[in-house]
Amino acid sequence: MTLPVARHALILTLCLAATPVLANRVFVTNEKGNDVTVIDSETLEVIGSFPAGNRPRGITISPDGKELYVCASDDDLVRVFDPETMQETHTLPSGPDPELFVLHPSGNPLYIANEDDNLVTVVDTETRQVLAEIPVGVEPEGMGVSPDGKFVINTSETTNMAHFIDTETYEIVANVLVDSRPRFAQYNDAGTKLYVTSEIGGTVSVIDPATQTITTKIGFDIPGVLPEAIQPVGARVTSDGKTVFVALGPANRVAVVDGETDEVIDYLLVGQRVWQLGFSPDQKYLFTTNGNSNDVSVIDVAAREVIKSIPVGQQPWGVVVAPN
Amino acid sequence: MFRRIIILLAGLAAMSGPAWSQQGADPVLIRAAVLRVDNPGLPPISRLELPTEDLGFAGARLAIEDNDTTGRFMGQDFEAVEVTATSDTAAAEMDKLLADGIQFVVVLADDATTLALADQTGDRALILNAQARGDNLRGADCRFNTVHVAPSHAMMADALAQFLVWKQWQDWFLIKGSHPQDQDLAQAFQRAATKFGAKIVEERLYEDTGGARRTDSGHVQVQKQMPVFTQRAPEHDVLIAADEADIFAAYLPYQTWDPRPVAGSAGLVPRSWHPAMEAWGATQFQNRFEKLAGRNMREADYQTWLALRMLGEAATRSQSADPAVLKDFILSDRFEVAGFKGQKLTVRDWDHQLRQPILLTTGLLMASVSPQDQFLHQTSALDTLGIDRPETECSF
Repeated sequence: MTLPVARHALILTLCLAATPVLANRVFVTNEKGNDVTVIDSETLEVIGSFPAGNRPRGITISPDGKELYVCASDDDLVRVFDPETMQETHTLPSGPDPELFVLHPSGNPLYIANEDDNLVTVVDTETRQVLAEIPVGVEPEGMGVSPDGKFVINTSETTNMAHFIDTETYEIVANVLVDSRPRFAQYNDAGTKLYVTSEIGGTVSVIDPATQTITTKIGFDIPGVLPEAIQPVGARVTSDGKTVFVALGPANRVAVVDGETDEVIDYLLVGQRVWQLGFSPDQKYLFTTNGNSNDVSVIDVAAREVIKSIPVGQQPWGVVVAPN
Repeated sequence: MFRRIIILLAGLAAMSGPAWSQQGADPVLIRAAVLRVDNPGLPPISRLELPTEDLGFAGARLAIEDNDTTGRFMGQDFEAVEVTATSDTAAAEMDKLLADGIQFVVVLADDATTLALADQTGDRALILNAQARGDNLRGADCRFNTVHVAPSHAMMADALAQFLVWKQWQDWFLIKGSHPQDQDLAQAFQRAATKFGAKIVEERLYEDTGGARRTDSGHVQVQKQMPVFTQRAPEHDVLIAADEADIFAAYLPYQTWDPRPVAGSAGLVPRSWHPAMEAWGATQFQNRFEKLAGRNMREADYQTWLALRMLGEAATRSQSADPAVLKDFILSDRFEVAGFKGQKLTVRDWDHQLRQPILLTTGLLMASVSPQDQFLHQTSALDTLGIDRPETECSF
């Protein structure tokens, strides 16, 4: 394994010198490739890759853009990288099999779903200590946080609930039953709607966070695509709350949903088995990870068009774009 | 562990329960049983497939853990009594379970015993068949009180046939064993060939004459016998073995007269589960099972897990612990369950068979999953596998 790693590092070093300073970097975890591919958000070209531990899946970045966090699922820890140098700076304890996580809006702490252990682990990113372990349902996966930072949402894939966790007390204050295999939880920026995707159920539950009840269930219907292939996973909401993008897995489409009426407006054809989504900071672009075609599709958000696909590593899983 | 429990209890106390009401402080108990009927017989051809003491039960234990974790949020607690029997004692054991008021019994038994237990039970319990594959149990001998979690022979044969036809391997040389269950499986392959446009060029009977199989010189005999047995067959693309009794099929790969792949009971084998399956979140499921049982998950474990998860899912969705409500819910068109197969699994109303994708497996890997994309169906692609509504012989 030493040889490929050394080669990666070399390629990266060579390319970085030519990178314009203003572009943002897009980081994509490759679950089977055990590395992270780096894309330039302006040129939309791959500028390199670096090793990221075993089975990297969830990925996020601190609000100040100084720390890049990767769930190294088979290493049972979170690896922290300097986004500038791509060097690993330290690791964080995560509990077993971390899959997805979410940062508190302030950048600390980090809330991690431990898929094998029915726990959400809370970790202080500065002291690197575990602050709490919160028992949740079977196979916790999706992690969302309210814009005011008061609630963290965990979805459990086999229990089929969205658990509302109070970030002060670490207690579960409400459980909302949703359709089968909830994968992802995403608030709109106003905090008035919480979107929970259900992979096997094929729906997105729109939850009113104030009452913790489902107000609407969004279904999807694509001509020529079998209903079983429509499997909602990742979701992102534009900052004005008006447009919601939902990755539909093996349907190879990203659904565009009206954030006000909860109606599906359009379906965009992307690569195969699309799972996670990430906006560029200006929300000009949305990047999608396509696990079966090993590429990233770039969506022009305003035009609602797929403008490019970029080959990355083996089985791309998560994506985050640096804020600066 | 202690700390976790404290946090959990605190969480429960604070839970306002907006979507349902808690039924008092004590959780409601939902009881089930797993009845495994073991019959004496030859050991399997490969010692890698020797039965384990906890076969099936380990799957039940994982299901109860999963159900209980969810149950904590619902005020529900689950239990599965584990019972082993022989075909002679199965009826008495079932009587005990019924007398104890258990209304959900997962049965791991052969076709005849499963049917007898279903008839004995009547409307006193719901039988969840987690082993028997006979098509008659879903056809002429179907029973309203039985849900078939295990896939049928017809589903297995159709799953394999779709793949072989997609490969354009349409000429099959069928070898069947001499036991009644081999005959059932062979019939399923004949039906699948007709259904998907394949041709059986010859059907040959492998007579089970007894004799040593796993002696120290067994492989020498096999290397001589199998080529001789398979010679002078008409031109064929693939050899299909129907050997439910596990007498000869495992000896066929690489020992055939003609250099042809083997499928069916050996070679490319259709299964409900395989321990190397990693798609659709299965990795974490395999991990959880292996941590609990200290071994790989087998089909009996998967099917038992799935049967008890169906019960758990019904309890969560119906928000009830009333056995009558749960039975109705499982048999209703609102019921669906996730089983790490990439899509929801539902129950066919015409014969109570659980719809499910079938894995096509080689020794160490899953090679493909059926239904294959090319085979279309007006209602569900899963209904391209097995006996569809218009052809069912079942009437409840």
